Amino acid sequence: MRRIYLDHAATTPTRPEVVKAMLPYFTDAFGNPSSIYSYGQEARGAVEEARTRVAELIGARSEEIIFTGGGTEADNHALKGVAYANERKGNHIITTSIEHHAVLEVCEFLGRRGFRITYLPVDEYGLVDLDDIKRAITDKTILISVMNANNEVGTIEPVEEIGKIAREAGVYFHTDAVQTVGHIPVNVDKLKVDLLAISAHKFYGPKGVGALYVRKGTELVSFIHGGGQEKGRRASTENVPAIVGLGKAVELAGQEMGKEAERQAYLRDRLIKGLVEKIDHIRVNGHPTERLPNNVNLSVDFVEGESLLLSLDLEGICASTGSACGLASPEPSHVLLALGIPPEQAHGSLRFTLGRENVEADVERVLEVLPGIVARLRAMSPLLKTKK
Amino acid sequence: MTDLWSLYSEKVMEHFKNPRNVGEIENPDGVGRVGDPICGDVMELYIKVKDGVIVDVKFRTFGCAAAVATSSMVTEMVKGKSVEEALKISNKAVVEALDGLPPAKVHCSVLAEDALKAAIENYLGHQKLKKQT
Repeated sequence: MRRIYLDHAATTPTRPEVVKAMLPYFTDAFGNPSSIYSYGQEARGAVEEARTRVAELIGARSEEIIFTGGGTEADNHALKGVAYANERKGNHIITTSIEHHAVLEVCEFLGRRGFRITYLPVDEYGLVDLDDIKRAITDKTILISVMNANNEVGTIEPVEEIGKIAREAGVYFHTDAVQTVGHIPVNVDKLKVDLLAISAHKFYGPKGVGALYVRKGTELVSFIHGGGQEKGRRASTENVPAIVGLGKAVELAGQEMGKEAERQAYLRDRLIKGLVEKIDHIRVNGHPTERLPNNVNLSVDFVEGESLLLSLDLEGICASTGSACGLASPEPSHVLLALGIPPEQAHGSLRFTLGRENVEADVERVLEVLPGIVARLRAMSPLLKTKK
Repeated sequence: MTDLWSLYSEKVMEHFKNPRNVGEIENPDGVGRVGDPICGDVMELYIKVKDGVIVDVKFRTFGCAAAVATSSMVTEMVKGKSVEEALKISNKAVVEALDGLPPAKVHCSVLAEDALKAAIENYLGHQKLKKQT
C-alpha cells in the first residue's frame, strides 16, 4: 500500500539535495570551524554561507542569525534570553493562549520565577485582537511573543501590526515562525520583529537544527555557556552538516515556495471542500482565509480523534489529531479549546498538513476513505444516538 | 498528538477493526453508561439477562482504539456468564485478554469494567423493584 503522508506540520522528509549537500561535512570536510587550518576554514566557510542564506531569506543581516538545535531551542533562547537580560527594566511578558509549547512552557517557567505573563485569548478563528495587545502593555512589559502562524489550525496572525504596536511601545517582539519560514514570505523588517524562531525540519531540512534571528541591539542573555561559538551566545561546536542542510533547505525554499504555496493551497481547498460536501456534522477549524497554504483542520462530531487517526493509518494515510487520550491530561488541544471549540469536538479533531510530495490523487484518496471511516465510527458512537 | 497507539497489540487492533457486539439491545434488562464526552470517552453497555445469565450484550463507544477494543472484549467475556460471574470480571482480566495495553491506556479498560458494573447494577435495581411490586 502506498503511504500518504499528510502531517508536514509535524515534520517533513529531508530533501535528497539537502542530504547530498550535508554529506561531505561528515567525512571529507569534517573540520571544527574554530580551527585555523584548512579543514577548519572549510567548515567555517560552509557555516557562514548557510548563515547568509538564512539571513537573505528573511531579510536580515547574517550577523543577526544564531544557529540553534531547532525551533524549540530558538524559542527558549529568545524568551529566557530577553527576560533575564531585561529584568531590571520590567518583568511583564505578553503572549497568546495558542502558542506552541516551546513558548507556553517557557512562559510558565518564567512565571514561576518572578515574571508576570499575560496570555491573550483569540477569537473563534484563532486570531489575536490588536486592541487586547495594546491594553495589555504596561510600563513593566519587556516582551511580546506571538506566533507567526499556528501549527494546529494554521491561522496566520497579524504579526506586522503587532510588530508596529510593540515598536511604538518600545517592547521587544518575538515571533515563532517555525510554521511559516520556508513556506510563505517572511521578512523581519516588514514584520518589525526583534526575534524570530526557525526550524529546518519543517521545510525539508534536517532535524535538530534551527536558527534564531536577533535584531542588532537586542539585549539577550547567552543560552549555552562554554565557548565562543555563535558570538558566545550559543557555545558548542557547530553542527556543521546540519547547518549546511539548513542552508540548502533555505536556498531551495527560496526558489520554490511561491509556486509550492499556490499548489498546496489549491489542494487544501479541494480537500476542505470535498470533506465538507461528503461528511455531515464537521466543522473547519481555523481562519477561512488567513490560513497556512498547507493546513486543513477539522472537527468531526461524535467520533474520537485517535480512532480516526488509527483508521486512516490502516489505509496508509498519516494525519494528526488534537485529541489527547493516553496523555497525562485528558484535556484536548489547548489551541482548539482557546478557539472556543467544545472539548468533545476538540477530541474529534483531525489535522492534515500538505507537503511538496502530495498530489491531487492523495487528496482524492482521503476523500474516498474518510467518509467510510467516519460512518463506521459513528455507527458505534453513543453520542450520535443521543443527538438524534 | 501521541504515538502510543503504535504500541497496541495485534489483538487490540483486531478488536478495533472488527469490534464484536456493536449496537444496542431493544428493551434491555440493564444499561450502563459511563465516561464523559468532555474527557474523550463514553461507553454504553446493554445486557439481556435470562435466568440470571447474560444471554446478550451490546455496546456503543466514543473513544480511542483502546476504549473500543476493551468494550468489544468485555462483551465477548460476559456473554453466557452468570451475573455473579460477570461482576467478577476486572479491568485487569480485560487487558490480559487483549494481550496488554500501553500503560497510558489502561484507564480505558477501567471504563469498560465500570460500564459492565453499571449495566449489571442497573439490572439488579430493576430486579429489586420487580420483587417489591
